[in-house]
Amino acid sequence: MNYFFQQLLNGFQLGSVYALISLGYTMIYGIIRLINFAHGDIFMLGAYFGFYAITRFKFNFFIAILFSMVLCMIINVLIEKIAYAPLRKKNVPRINLLITAIGVSFFLENFASLKIIFGPDYLPYPRPFKIITFDFLGLTLSSIQIIVFFITLVLLLILDYLIKRTKIGLAMRAVSYDKETALLMGINVDNIISLTFALGAALAGAGGVLYGICYPQIHPFMGIMPGLKAFVAAVLGGIGVISGAVLGSYIIGMIEVFTAAFISSTFRDAIAFAILIIVLLTRPQGLFGKEEGIKL
Amino acid sequence: MLTVENLFVNYGMIKALQGISLVVKEKEIVALIGNNGAGKTTTLKTISGLIKPTSGRIYFQNIDLIKLNPYQITKLGIIHIPEGRKPFANLTVYENLRLGAYFVNKKREIEERLSFVFQIFPRLKERLKQPAGTLSGGELQMLAIGRGLMAKPKLLLLDEPSMGLSPILVEEIFSVIKNINKEGTAILLIEQNAAKALSIAHRAYVLETGKIMLEGKAEELINNESVKKIYLGVG
Ligand SMILES: Nc1ncnc2c1ncn2[C@@H]1O[C@H](COP(=O)(O)OP(=O)(O)OP(=O)(O)O)[C@@H](O)[C@H]1O
Ligand SMILES: [Mg+2]
Repeated sequence: MNYFFQQLLNGFQLGSVYALISLGYTMIYGIIRLINFAHGDIFMLGAYFGFYAITRFKFNFFIAILFSMVLCMIINVLIEKIAYAPLRKKNVPRINLLITAIGVSFFLENFASLKIIFGPDYLPYPRPFKIITFDFLGLTLSSIQIIVFFITLVLLLILDYLIKRTKIGLAMRAVSYDKETALLMGINVDNIISLTFALGAALAGAGGVLYGICYPQIHPFMGIMPGLKAFVAAVLGGIGVISGAVLGSYIIGMIEVFTAAFISSTFRDAIAFAILIIVLLTRPQGLFGKEEGIKL
Repeated sequence: MLTVENLFVNYGMIKALQGISLVVKEKEIVALIGNNGAGKTTTLKTISGLIKPTSGRIYFQNIDLIKLNPYQITKLGIIHIPEGRKPFANLTVYENLRLGAYFVNKKREIEERLSFVFQIFPRLKERLKQPAGTLSGGELQMLAIGRGLMAKPKLLLLDEPSMGLSPILVEEIFSVIKNINKEGTAILLIEQNAAKALSIAHRAYVLETGKIMLEGKAEELINNESVKKIYLGVG
């Protein structure tokens, strides 16, 4: 029984990281109907930025997260402006954007692998604070888990406030519904799209650093698997639905951890994709989606 | 106030506008009438910047609009209320109205404009927290106009406000348009309902397959034989 609850905690930890990635998928899909397959690589960059902030610049852990978030924001906005915006303005078919995103993904992975950038090797992630374990209702809870839960919660609350309670959030919701009419309201739609890429990247960047301290090894291709699973989580929750992405992430995180713990760890990756196939076959709009579901 | 000169617009191979010129003066209601596909909506979208013309000029109070983005044109006070109302169905009535005054930040100013809109359409006040997607067709048109008024327009571009409304509501909407104009807002009005449009307009243009065929004072056009035949269904 205790083992079960212990796994629940682990699932919650993994789900938190997925949630931070998944939100970017769902927000960017919501605003320009693009499945941004380069999003997992932003998460990878975030992990590296955190790595250098802690090891090279000796930043405090929380500052390192902020540093990573800001750099990821800048990079994702640049990517949007350079790679996607020119295509959007030509009104190309959506599949062209998707292929471009895959290209950006390969570029980031291989660029990061260059010796003069991050290099191709696995790097051990620093432990920026003492790992203390607490007994909590008979369970062992580590300081890492507490920090992951806490930071995820704070970021989710900030995002929720931003989207539901601010004028910018209102503009984001308007733009995702109808760009042309949003322009007629006086909304600078290009800026709102950039902002959405920035927000998604900030969360993914934070997710990268948290992933680094939880599963302490990073490399240039580390974004692929978590990125794909976060994508599955977004589809499961109903792509474009923010709360759906969070819930989907925790579900995927739990299922993955439980599969590894109670069935076999060889299935842990396969299970997420089995879920993707089942969702697409039976309920393509996901658990909370109202629309017709995901379209490539 | 608004001057459109020799406007050409293409959608790919389709020539939607072929040299349109028109003028809207201060405090005027100008009607733009024409059959389906004549290019009325295209004309409005080009003025509000949603479509870029292949050639031609558009000036508003001596500002060249061609180089501006739609959101900059909106800020100048040209408010386009689009065909089909285009509510943000996922947002509440309040949020839709708030977006109408998107570039206004002062709380008091927003409140003032809201109460102005509620004076005209009290029904909207009762529906404030409701998602716009749940409104009836008539309420949606009120919302569309109310949302436009939130921006305190200097020039209102109205695309078929009477479409799909019951005769009573058509009357109500037209009297609202007349009142808005009396308070000083210039209006460029597109209508299928040519008789109604000509009855409140000062001047009018008749558009046919991308070209202006006729223009003149509204009361003259009402009595024009070909207008009577084609658009007013008499004679
Ligand atoms: N996005 C588009 N792509 C291609 N052709 C278009 C597009 N929008 C309009 N057209 C064409 O341009 C012409 C003018 O269309 P427009 O919508 O301006 O007409 P309208 O006068 O507003 O008609 P209605 O009274 O039916 O609203 C039509 O022939 C239409 O088919
Ligand atoms: Mg039209």
